[in-house]
Amino acid sequence: MSGTIDRSWLLESATFSRPVIREIQRAAREGIYDIRGFGAKRSVPSFDDLLLLGASMSRYPLEGYREKCDTTVTLGTRHARKPVTLDTPITIAGMSFGALSAQAKEALGRGATEVGTSTTTGDGGMTPEERRHSNLLVYQYLPSRYGMNPDDLRKADAVEIVVGQGAKPGGGGMLLGQKISDRVAEMRNLPKGIDQRSACRHPDWTGPDDLEIKVHELREITDWQVPIYIKVGATRTFFDVQLAVKAGADVVVVDGMQGGTAATQDVFIEHVGIPTLPATRIAVEALRDLGMHRTVQLIVSGGIRSGADVAKALALGADAVSIGTAALIAMGDNSPEHEAEYNALGTSAGYYDDYQDGRDPSGISTQDPDLGARLDPELAGRRVANYIRVLTLELQTLARAAGKTNVRNLEPEDLVALTVEAAAMARVPLAGTDWIPGK
Amino acid sequence: MEFDLSVQTVRNLNAFLHDQGSSDSRVTVNNSAGRHNVAVGAVHPCRIEINGHVGYYCAGMNQHADILVRGNAGPGLAENMMSGTVRVTGNASQYCAATTHGGLVVVEGNAAARCGISMKGVDIVVGGSIGHMSAFMAQSGRLVVCGDAGNALGDSIYEARIYVRGRIAGLGTDCVEKPMLDEHGKELERLLESAGMQYPADEFRRYGSARRLYNFDVDNAGAY
Repeated sequence: MSGTIDRSWLLESATFSRPVIREIQRAAREGIYDIRGFGAKRSVPSFDDLLLLGASMSRYPLEGYREKCDTTVTLGTRHARKPVTLDTPITIAGMSFGALSAQAKEALGRGATEVGTSTTTGDGGMTPEERRHSNLLVYQYLPSRYGMNPDDLRKADAVEIVVGQGAKPGGGGMLLGQKISDRVAEMRNLPKGIDQRSACRHPDWTGPDDLEIKVHELREITDWQVPIYIKVGATRTFFDVQLAVKAGADVVVVDGMQGGTAATQDVFIEHVGIPTLPATRIAVEALRDLGMHRTVQLIVSGGIRSGADVAKALALGADAVSIGTAALIAMGDNSPEHEAEYNALGTSAGYYDDYQDGRDPSGISTQDPDLGARLDPELAGRRVANYIRVLTLELQTLARAAGKTNVRNLEPEDLVALTVEAAAMARVPLAGTDWIPGK
Repeated sequence: MEFDLSVQTVRNLNAFLHDQGSSDSRVTVNNSAGRHNVAVGAVHPCRIEINGHVGYYCAGMNQHADILVRGNAGPGLAENMMSGTVRVTGNASQYCAATTHGGLVVVEGNAAARCGISMKGVDIVVGGSIGHMSAFMAQSGRLVVCGDAGNALGDSIYEARIYVRGRIAGLGTDCVEKPMLDEHGKELERLLESAGMQYPADEFRRYGSARRLYNFDVDNAGAY
């Protein structure tokens, strides 16, 4: 029987939804787990579940656009001779050349520089374009050590030892062969076109005691000039942060499970780690417990999208945030202007997450020279700068409303939670009550 | 120039190695006493002689310097070295020459586990034996072992070449024995000569990648 049917009576299973059925069928057909980019798509408690309390009778607000609300932050004050001072507490997270095109890396550097913040290299090393266009560049030190060399190390404004990332704490990486161009292959010292596996552990240390010596080595090689960050994926955050501090970190970076990735198993992205919201609160507690809050700075990342997210992260005690996926979107990732090409790839603008396969129509997550050439680094850089400016203005707007002359004066007392879960995770009261679950 | 690490600090030594620009200088280090990070990040051509044992990461990220350790070395000897030479008269602990890009590392005694892990172009010659998981994910360069090799040798190896004279406890995933052609014999002779090791090349066997794991294939899923 042909023709349309009345779908209004069809009941979709909550357990076996259409995406679940499609994935089961795909897995049965292909025999391999789903690898994709982007970050967690499931709904988790987030900064959206918190609200800021503006000033009223008991607090004195600042005049918007008139009274100063400082956004500068200095990172690396614990040991480095040259700490990193940012004009805004919003930084660009590590993303590799290889995962991203050279144009995208250049654009991120341009955007960050325009607004006085830092950008970060990634697996695969530092490109000259990236260094040239980034006034403040953080050099990632990763388990694979692809492209790692001491000359670039000394050119960096800070070094970030990556222990893990929020999208896949405990996991390594894989840059699939189709993204291995001649240049990527040469930088990573491997043949063109083969899958490049990134190990999940560093090759020359295996625990916090070793890491302390490794941090010392990096300080010696850089003559104690630049800050050393340690980045962890959010899991056992309290212990990880404390061990990072004991290992000698100047800055701890905690990446929540909403953090993005270029290529990871879907099951890993969606099911490992904890959200950025509780991770932020726990990391601050860990620093306070050691008496190191503000002495060792805290950067949080993973799903930061708006000035409200930034304000709430800072109110919980973070010193700065990092953005990754949002910066890609600002450059043009998932833009409707590519809808026809997304459709040809079997997806749609707003859903595209196949960063791993190198056919990104926006020219961002690709090594195809023709696709990469679509991205104008100047224009994309300007968009990144505009976006960070908007986040900063939103942050200042909220901080002024709470009566703060410095965005880092936001505090947990300025927050309430909309849900019991968020109240428990952030340890702030449920709105309209003085109840903090578990306290 | 002479440094006495019972009086001066590792910082004093490393700062000197980073700053001094002489191409023919000689630096002697005494009383190293197992200290970590001795002579890391050297950037100029010079000869550095360390009299005593060293701890972690000695000669790490070396560029151009020729470094001699008269003693044993701790973990991570010459890690990520770019060029130059490192010679240890005793034994080296785990992760010897991890991720090392270039130059020559010679261990006259034994090297522990994970020797040459993720090596990226270095030549390593070990006079004695090496531990398990050596040359794991080795990308390029040559590893020569005059003694025995531990389990899982060359696991997930890429394009590095391994020569072993003694017994091998076991090869890692995707690592196989390969024919010893004339070019390999000559290459090995040069490596042994540069390391000062006196063994006939024909006593060695060659190992490398079967290249079955270079592109993900579900039929090889069990090997990952």
